[in-house]
Amino acid sequence: MTRVILYYAHPGQRFSHSNKAMWDEAKKVDGITRVDLYADYPRFNIDIEREQQRLLDHDLIVLQSPLFWYSTPSLVKEWIDLTLEHGFAYGHEGTQLKGKTLLMALTAAGPHDAYSEEGYQRYPLRTFLTPFEQTARLCGMGFASPYVLFGSLRAVEDRRIPPHAEGYRRLLEAYRDDRVDEAAASKLDVVEAEHVNALIKDQSSHG
Amino acid sequence: MGDFLLLAFIFLAAGVIAVPVASRLGLGSVLGYLLAGIAISPLLSALNVDIISIQHFAEFGVVMMLFLVGLELEPKLLWEMRTKLIGLGGLQVGLTAVAVTAIAMALGQPWSVSLAIGFVLALSSTAIVLQTLNEKGLMKSDGGQSSFSVLLFQDIAVIPILAVLPLLALPEVVELAYMAIEGDAYADDAHHGGDDHGTSLNLIAGLPGWAQMLATLGAIGAVIVVGNVLTRPLFRFIAWARLRELFTAAALMGVTGIALLMTAVGLSPALGTFLAGVVLANSEYRHELESDIDPFRGLLLGLFFITVGASVDFALLAANLGPILAVTFGLMALKAGILFILALIFKIQGSARWLFTLALAQAGEFGFVLLSFTTQNNVIPDAVADQLLLVVALSMLLTPLLFIIFDKVIAPRFSETSAREPDEIEANGGVIIAGHGRFGGIVNRMLRGAGFNTTVLDYSSEQLEMLRTFGFEVFFGDATRPDLLHAAGIESAKMLVICIDDREHITTLAKYMKAHHPNVHVVARAVDRRHVYELYAAGVRDIIRETFDSGVRAGRSAYEALGVHPFEAERLARQFTADDRHAIRQLAEVYREGVPVSENPEYVALAKKLMEERESQMRGGGRGFNTRDERGWVPPGKNDLKAILSEHAERKGE
Repeated sequence: MTRVILYYAHPGQRFSHSNKAMWDEAKKVDGITRVDLYADYPRFNIDIEREQQRLLDHDLIVLQSPLFWYSTPSLVKEWIDLTLEHGFAYGHEGTQLKGKTLLMALTAAGPHDAYSEEGYQRYPLRTFLTPFEQTARLCGMGFASPYVLFGSLRAVEDRRIPPHAEGYRRLLEAYRDDRVDEAAASKLDVVEAEHVNALIKDQSSHG
Repeated sequence: MGDFLLLAFIFLAAGVIAVPVASRLGLGSVLGYLLAGIAISPLLSALNVDIISIQHFAEFGVVMMLFLVGLELEPKLLWEMRTKLIGLGGLQVGLTAVAVTAIAMALGQPWSVSLAIGFVLALSSTAIVLQTLNEKGLMKSDGGQSSFSVLLFQDIAVIPILAVLPLLALPEVVELAYMAIEGDAYADDAHHGGDDHGTSLNLIAGLPGWAQMLATLGAIGAVIVVGNVLTRPLFRFIAWARLRELFTAAALMGVTGIALLMTAVGLSPALGTFLAGVVLANSEYRHELESDIDPFRGLLLGLFFITVGASVDFALLAANLGPILAVTFGLMALKAGILFILALIFKIQGSARWLFTLALAQAGEFGFVLLSFTTQNNVIPDAVADQLLLVVALSMLLTPLLFIIFDKVIAPRFSETSAREPDEIEANGGVIIAGHGRFGGIVNRMLRGAGFNTTVLDYSSEQLEMLRTFGFEVFFGDATRPDLLHAAGIESAKMLVICIDDREHITTLAKYMKAHHPNVHVVARAVDRRHVYELYAAGVRDIIRETFDSGVRAGRSAYEALGVHPFEAERLARQFTADDRHAIRQLAEVYREGVPVSENPEYVALAKKLMEERESQMRGGGRGFNTRDERGWVPPGKNDLKAILSEHAERKGE
């Protein structure tokens, strides 16, 4: 059993299709903690004690958000700045998060092939996520391959949102139940909906 | 020259020594001056000084004081006082005159002499009463206003009394009636440095009645028109010279000019300058005039009080000690009794009733004037007049004692708020907070919590006592008073936060700050939208509506309860605030002071335009205000993507 906390960060939820569907689907997962970060802190007044306690109480920290300018929405940065204090998350005696894992769940407007040397984004997505990856590493945490929806702009008409949201739910359940083939997952740069089946061990027992 | 310097030095030294001692002993400045006068009177008589002519000169201080009182009194307020002015004032003068006359007749005086004595003693001392009320900050209290109404009526009543008195002397009735408005009439005699030949100043004495009336009305009209129309250009003109003393010179010129004009038409100069003061009460130069005239008023009144003290004839007093004291106490008891009854009739409540009763129980400086006038006109025999002079002077001497009784014995029994004297302020804070109620209290707590030094002014003594017990630095006093602000260190303050709750006072204080301390940042509390415009017009740019933020927060809570996402509720609230501030700022630019917004075409047009904008946004976006920031969170469109791709292709081709 892995204790999962899901942080959802989206400042404009009324305009969201994919993230909203993912969030709705994640609500069906029992036994995990869900936080709507912008609802908890609409005035950016992060409660540091409470957030650190939340991190202590969980093993897998999922960060779900759209990709804004090669990063997360700004409240996530504020949350990181304040919550991951030295002496708590890193540095001298900062060992509280050691052994935990960070999983990002992102939606990117550009198509997958844009995130390559040849594409208009010029870099693979993981390159843009290196600040997060290094943040996790400095805190002694693992950085799981992120779960990504590319081309979210066309996802509605391509009917890719329902499978992506469902894959998200199944992935969360599998992480909760320790059924994710982490070795296989770590070989992937990013996890997409189509990979989910292959990454979940022991499918039969789940039904 | 040597004589003048010596005399000036004696008077100044007497005041400088006696007044602080008297104040220290809690006796007030008036008694200090009076005692100083008594102390130097042997010296003055050794030097053969004409005290009475100095007194006449010094009485110009009363003229200045009435000008200052007028400045404090907006026309609207004066109009509201009309019942008190005529009813209370009329009854006080009438009843007292009748009662004194009756008693004098009972004591064996002829009726004509008795009536003259009645008039002489019915009047009170404007100088002592107003000076003391001002000093104690009681002018605006109920008792203060009532007292002032009576004093103002007395000032008006002097004119007909001067006209009637000569009629009481037996022969040549008609000619003497003319002399009343002519010759050594009260006005000239009293206010022109003992100019006993002021006849030529009254320019209209020879005219027929209707022409005199016309000239009088013309003079009053001239004061009103000049005050309203010419003050501004005049002061602007003077401002070019960039010399502060020129403002003072202009203010003095104005006051003396009006006094002169009033004398010329046979009116009381004090009345004329009072009227001019009322006319200028709304002017932005009001405080300038106030601070220019005030020192002169103070010095002249001080001189006046000293001469009153010095004029007491102790030889005569000693010779007739019993009767004179009896008459003095009897007179004061009688006047106080009548005042008390009037206070009951006019429903003056609480400590104000006692203040009114005790404040006006003396005979006043008009008594001196009328007495010398009556002796000249052979109405009252010299021997009686001399004794009456003593009675008047003694009653004036006793008045400060009555104020002390009021302060120490009567006021503490009633609510203390109006009777407490301002504290001496020694603390010098970087931030001055005016008003420590529900609003100012929060500001003070926030600033103190963040380690800023504050000086708090408030005039609720209960509130202050409570705060003081918790160790806060708070001071009693009306923050709208310049001297108190000065004492609080406004000259060296970084900021003044105006948190008092009276709309008018807030605006007054803001205007004063703009005029006198433009470099001190002002944060002002506004009670509503219109008040924001007023404060904006007064030059304040940091204006906080007292209920706006809580209203917005309530609206935000309502959004959340209706299911709007908290962050969206927050943004809607922020946007609403921004839009509203934008609109109010634009509207403030076109607001004109004193013009109702509905009669201001520019304002109406702009308000309509803003309303239409709001409406079209509602129809277009479904929301009344533009949530500009949402675009950042809405995914880009297909056209955006196309543009990105084609640009990428171009770059690759390079």
